[in-house]
Amino acid sequence: MRHPFILTVLALLLAAILSIAIGSVFIPPADVWRVLTGQPPQMVGQAAVIILTLRLPRTALILLTGAALGASGAAYQGVFRNPLADPYLIGAASGAGLGAVLAMSVNWPYTTVGLLAVPAAAFVGALAAVFLVYLLARVGKTVPTTNLILAGVALSAFATALTSFLMLRSTGELRRAIAWLLGGSVFSGWGPVLVILPFLLLGLGGLLLSGHSLNVLQFGDDQARQMGLPVARARTLILLAASLATAAAVAFSGIIGFIGLIIPHLMRLWLGADYRRLLPLAMIGGAAALLLADVLARVVMAPQELPVGIVTALAGAPFFVWVLRRAKNQGYW
Amino acid sequence: MLRIENLSVSYGTHRVLHDVSLDVQSGEVVALIGPNGAGKSSLVRAVSGVIPVEEGRVHTNGTDLLALPSMQRARHLAVVPQAVSMPPAFTVWETVLLGRTPYLNFLGQVSPADEEIARRALVRVDALDLAERRVGELSGGEQQRVLLARALAQSTPILLLDEPTSNLDLHYQVSFMETVRTLAHTDPLTGTGNLAVLVALHDLNLAARYADRVALMVAGEIKAAGTPRQVLTSELISAAYHLPVQVVPHPFADAPLVLPADK
Repeated sequence: MRHPFILTVLALLLAAILSIAIGSVFIPPADVWRVLTGQPPQMVGQAAVIILTLRLPRTALILLTGAALGASGAAYQGVFRNPLADPYLIGAASGAGLGAVLAMSVNWPYTTVGLLAVPAAAFVGALAAVFLVYLLARVGKTVPTTNLILAGVALSAFATALTSFLMLRSTGELRRAIAWLLGGSVFSGWGPVLVILPFLLLGLGGLLLSGHSLNVLQFGDDQARQMGLPVARARTLILLAASLATAAAVAFSGIIGFIGLIIPHLMRLWLGADYRRLLPLAMIGGAAALLLADVLARVVMAPQELPVGIVTALAGAPFFVWVLRRAKNQGYW
Repeated sequence: MLRIENLSVSYGTHRVLHDVSLDVQSGEVVALIGPNGAGKSSLVRAVSGVIPVEEGRVHTNGTDLLALPSMQRARHLAVVPQAVSMPPAFTVWETVLLGRTPYLNFLGQVSPADEEIARRALVRVDALDLAERRVGELSGGEQQRVLLARALAQSTPILLLDEPTSNLDLHYQVSFMETVRTLAHTDPLTGTGNLAVLVALHDLNLAARYADRVALMVAGEIKAAGTPRQVLTSELISAAYHLPVQVVPHPFADAPLVLPADK
């Protein structure tokens, strides 16, 4: 099964080149390639400046965000054994958002320390949200779908309301966070990319190593234990890693729904349930999908830019309904 | 062999197992029977380390099973659950290979030896032709065989089964229990010895026909243990199930046959 990897990586490359080429100034892909490979661009020297200071960091941020959402979505679905779990629905993203806004309200991230505080606070928020939702939704040893969704929706609404309240009562810079919250690009440059990198490496690294544990966990806690898996430890590690990744995604890209839901399902439909394959593919696929959504967000109302969260929700909501209907007959999940 | 000594388990304040002692020898099938709520499933779960034990010990040849970490324990003891919660998207092959988990690193990398053991487990339950199918597409009987193959792939000397036949039709009940009995009496898979099998069963007549010994549980206690003829008597069964029964000789097998009367 080498082809799926090659295909998804090709899709990711294509999306990345589009993302660098398309914007208020179109830069021909040939020039993009030249700049990226260090050759002097043929036509305009300006292209190099735009690519290196604007397009490239934005593309990197979106790519990493998409990768984090895809992989953490797959992991949440696996840990909760629930096809509807994703960072958004189970409250992790909203918790991360609240944490991030709290950090921003204390100190707008101009400095490196200020920048670092955002993903750190987002991580604490994500973790707190996931454990609260899990506790609220749990009945005995199981986490029924309806409970999970209800608890997640309730907690999401609560965290989002707190976030909005924080933003509205503030004057000045925090108002810029409104566009951020919708998944708009408020932060530019390499700073945000660099500060989320350690969170992402830990989170995604941890997730990529969790494939086998997630496979065993699909049989439920009792069977997983009888098959020799240290269940509590495995689940804690996976939730930590997924929440790290979610926090990194939300910290500077805001709340972008549905990528974490759609991509793992598409990959599962395509390639089956083995999480050792599913996690890396959801990661690469998530990056490609969010890059494409971001390109769309830049072109549909050009020169105005849509927050990418609006694009993913417009495409994701119908898909979500389709998953709900499909989950009933348990075809592939 | 499996030795359960003075095991007591409570859910909250409700005691579900009270001072249960039971031995299962290698090469022996012991059927665990009793009415609903008697504690059969609780015993399987307690012995496999899934629920905490208040008092008592479970050991095999001097090894305290409950003191072991789950990975070590899973090399001694495998469980065949009811086929109600199998993830449908895995293939049969992927499912059976996951039985090798106690021997794999945390990445789950399998060796050719692991694959050979999984293949033999599938052959053993006559399900090799199902290998590429997804579990969700299988019938109840096929799923139950896959779960048995997964447990066999764990290469353990002890096998516990929790009402494995309750979702099966007549044909599969008989063929499944025949497979289990053959596994206990001869074990070509590991070649090292015979399995000790403890199987919780609802069907008293399956227990009578396929078990070497029967243990009757009532309200968390073992009321009687012995050969099918010793335990499946009208007195013991009538009292345990609160239902008059008649026990007659099986017309063509060397086993008692339990017939419920009207209430």
